[in-house]
Amino acid sequence: MTALSINKLCKAFGGLRVTTEVNLNVEPGERRLIIGPNGAGKTTLFNLITGELTPDSGSVHLLGQDITSVPSRRRPHLGMARTYQIITLFARDTIVRNVTLALLGLSKERWNPLSVIDRNTELIDRAHDALQRVGLRHIADRPLSQTSYGERRRVEIAMALAQNPKVLLLDEPYAGLSIDERRDVQETVRAIPRDVTIVMIEHNMDVALDFAERITLLHFGKVIVEGTRAEVVADPQTREVYLGH
Amino acid sequence: MNGRTLALAVAFVALGTLPYWMPGIYYINVSSQVLFYAIFALGLNILVGYGGLVSLGHAGLFGITAYAAAYLLSMGLGHTTAIIGALIVSLGCTAVFAALALRATGIGFIMITLALGQIIWGLAYRWISLTGGDNGINVKTRPAPFGYDLGGANTFYYSTLVVFLVAVVVVAIFVRSPFGAALKGTRDQPRRMNALGYHVWAIRFWACLLSGLLTAVAGILFVYYTQFISPQTTSLTASAEVLLMVIAGGPATLLGPIVGAALVVVVKNVVSGYIERWNFLLGAIFVAIVILMPEGLVPGTVRLWRQGWRALGRRRSIVIAGSAEPKP
Amino acid sequence: MNFWLVLSVNSVTFGGLLFLLSAGFSLIFGLMRIPNLTHGSLFMLGAYFGATFIIGVFGVQMNFWLAAVLATLLVALIGALIERLLLRKLPGDALAQVLVTLGLSFMVADFCLMVWGGDPVNVETPDGLGGFVRVGVAAFPLYRVAIIAIAAVFAIALWLLLDRTRLGAMIRAGVDDPDMARVVGIRVSQLFTIVFALGAGLAGFAGIIGGPILSVYPGLDQDMLPLALVVVILGGTGSLLGSFVGSIIVGFIYNFGQALLPELAYFVLFLPMLLVLIFRPQGLFGRQVP
Repeated sequence: MTALSINKLCKAFGGLRVTTEVNLNVEPGERRLIIGPNGAGKTTLFNLITGELTPDSGSVHLLGQDITSVPSRRRPHLGMARTYQIITLFARDTIVRNVTLALLGLSKERWNPLSVIDRNTELIDRAHDALQRVGLRHIADRPLSQTSYGERRRVEIAMALAQNPKVLLLDEPYAGLSIDERRDVQETVRAIPRDVTIVMIEHNMDVALDFAERITLLHFGKVIVEGTRAEVVADPQTREVYLGH
Repeated sequence: MNGRTLALAVAFVALGTLPYWMPGIYYINVSSQVLFYAIFALGLNILVGYGGLVSLGHAGLFGITAYAAAYLLSMGLGHTTAIIGALIVSLGCTAVFAALALRATGIGFIMITLALGQIIWGLAYRWISLTGGDNGINVKTRPAPFGYDLGGANTFYYSTLVVFLVAVVVVAIFVRSPFGAALKGTRDQPRRMNALGYHVWAIRFWACLLSGLLTAVAGILFVYYTQFISPQTTSLTASAEVLLMVIAGGPATLLGPIVGAALVVVVKNVVSGYIERWNFLLGAIFVAIVILMPEGLVPGTVRLWRQGWRALGRRRSIVIAGSAEPKP
Repeated sequence: MNFWLVLSVNSVTFGGLLFLLSAGFSLIFGLMRIPNLTHGSLFMLGAYFGATFIIGVFGVQMNFWLAAVLATLLVALIGALIERLLLRKLPGDALAQVLVTLGLSFMVADFCLMVWGGDPVNVETPDGLGGFVRVGVAAFPLYRVAIIAIAAVFAIALWLLLDRTRLGAMIRAGVDDPDMARVVGIRVSQLFTIVFALGAGLAGFAGIIGGPILSVYPGLDQDMLPLALVVVILGGTGSLLGSFVGSIIVGFIYNFGQALLPELAYFVLFLPMLLVLIFRPQGLFGRQVP
């Protein structure tokens, strides 16, 4: 059973076809990289996988279950987590509150109007654990507005991991990071255990190639090349897509 | 005992003994008004401050509760029945309002709530056979629960104070709860909340109901206070005034709407004795706050206290709603 | 039969007035993305100013049309000042701008009360337009027909402005995509001031020429603003054609509603607005969703 399976996914906006017959099969524990030039439709593909965009045709399967018509808000409950290219966290809150909100999203407690959230030691402890995994436990009580971009990226990953996903979608996690920050985030990503399948979109080739086991190359919404890292790198179509010849 | 607890204790004692130190029945009545308008503002703040949804039609809900109560009373029903009936009508209306208005967010939400408020105003104004139009409906007596007659200024003040304190506790508990945190999350990052597994629409809907409940309670106190209801209470101006209370005092704070209510009520009732054109003053204060101190008087004063007058120049964006919405 | 005919002409007249009021509102909403809640107040200001000029100020009495032009320019200037001094302090903060226009409406309303008092001010129909025009057995007040003509002239003028001039092209670009417009070098913030002043001026003009029909009284702003809102929602923000069609529709609904269903007059007016907001938020002809 594949972790994530996409079958003939299509999406068009008016006359513009942004996703054309995309097939993707990601095995459990795999590290899949999705690459392609700007405008290739990578983030659109993510949006289709998470349900934020509805496909025109095709299907999405998560752990063997057809989730094509499952609303996007239900998919985290089924084991799918995602980060965004542009970090959009809760700037008014502390780091630990950000992670607590991620945990709360999957808990029945989120409908509780009576208890005091700051006294929910179970949630807060789990939040601290998630922060520990990304090496930010020591600044848990710092307001998010006083953190660096790299730290925020790690908070975002902590939030995603806190939800115990089976499939984690990382959308350009290294964008906008300095070299040091990139190294920290790389470590964090490397440390993610194999019971989480990771699909990553990334532009930066050094970082990306280091991470990838299998690569899918997208261009104009279509899969051009797919295979192991070595296969894709050697494929002449890859050169053509990136260099135009 | 730290500063905050001391301030609370002083406020509690002051409110509790108010009729004894206020110089006259007129001011006791103004205080009662401040209290139930504060409940109204607290109710609106659930949406505006904590939900990031600005409503320009809340006076419609406020008014419809008052009209329902007045109408049921004029039909000869008892106070308890009238109050319960009014609450049911009001909550029903709130649910309909919410279902319609939540099809949009941001400016769209403002316009739908404005339209809904205007519909209620138009019905109140024109459906003369039901509402008496401009003549309104009179409420002959105030209730006397357990023989405690609320006809006097003092007794009415104390009953309003009790309801006010309950409302404040309800809002305080709500704000600190997981659901409150979820609501604030939908204000700041609705798309992210959706991606984290929250049902953004449902959270907002229930917040609307809580807001409507507080508004309804305030409406009932209002109609017993004035013993009269007319279309003016449901007008756009009235919706703007309660919004002003929230924005002026400080959205997303507990004290803000209370301070805002006090400001508006005092200007309307007391200052109007000295300055004839108090509406101008109110408008000017509003504009000044939005431009210079958009987080509202309560947080703004704290900021001034800490950073000095230079802080006025450093304007931060009006702290209400966040960014992108999830796809419906 | 006569009754329906008169009602229809009145509806078109009122529609013409609404068009002058709403065209500006629609452009401001389309370009600056905010419902200008001061718009009704600007209508009322124009009416009060015009009425005062006619009655005479500093001993100088003016004829109706001169007074109308002066009132229009004065209100346009006020509009420019509002945008320049207040709204520009809140760049990109649509919510804050809406709240400022709300606060200003309170201020203008009270200011008018202060200066002109609580009694309605009558505006005499301008000389030469006081009589009736006969069409068959029906007689229509000449002034009402004149308003229809004036509105039509302005509709054409505005359309020419938007369609044929450089300024118009810039406005349309700004309405379609303000960020893109900035990128291609259009001074969008200057455009804001111009459009706000233009919208204000139109509102003020509508106010004074509507004077003989509606007169001027405290609360006129609150009567007119919701109507402008309905027109623009129905017709679509940023669309001149939408304002035109929307004004006629609202003119008819308003007049026929008052005549036939007085108890539900406002309900009948706001219900379509509500339905449009919910099911087709861009209105009949609009480009973007509010």
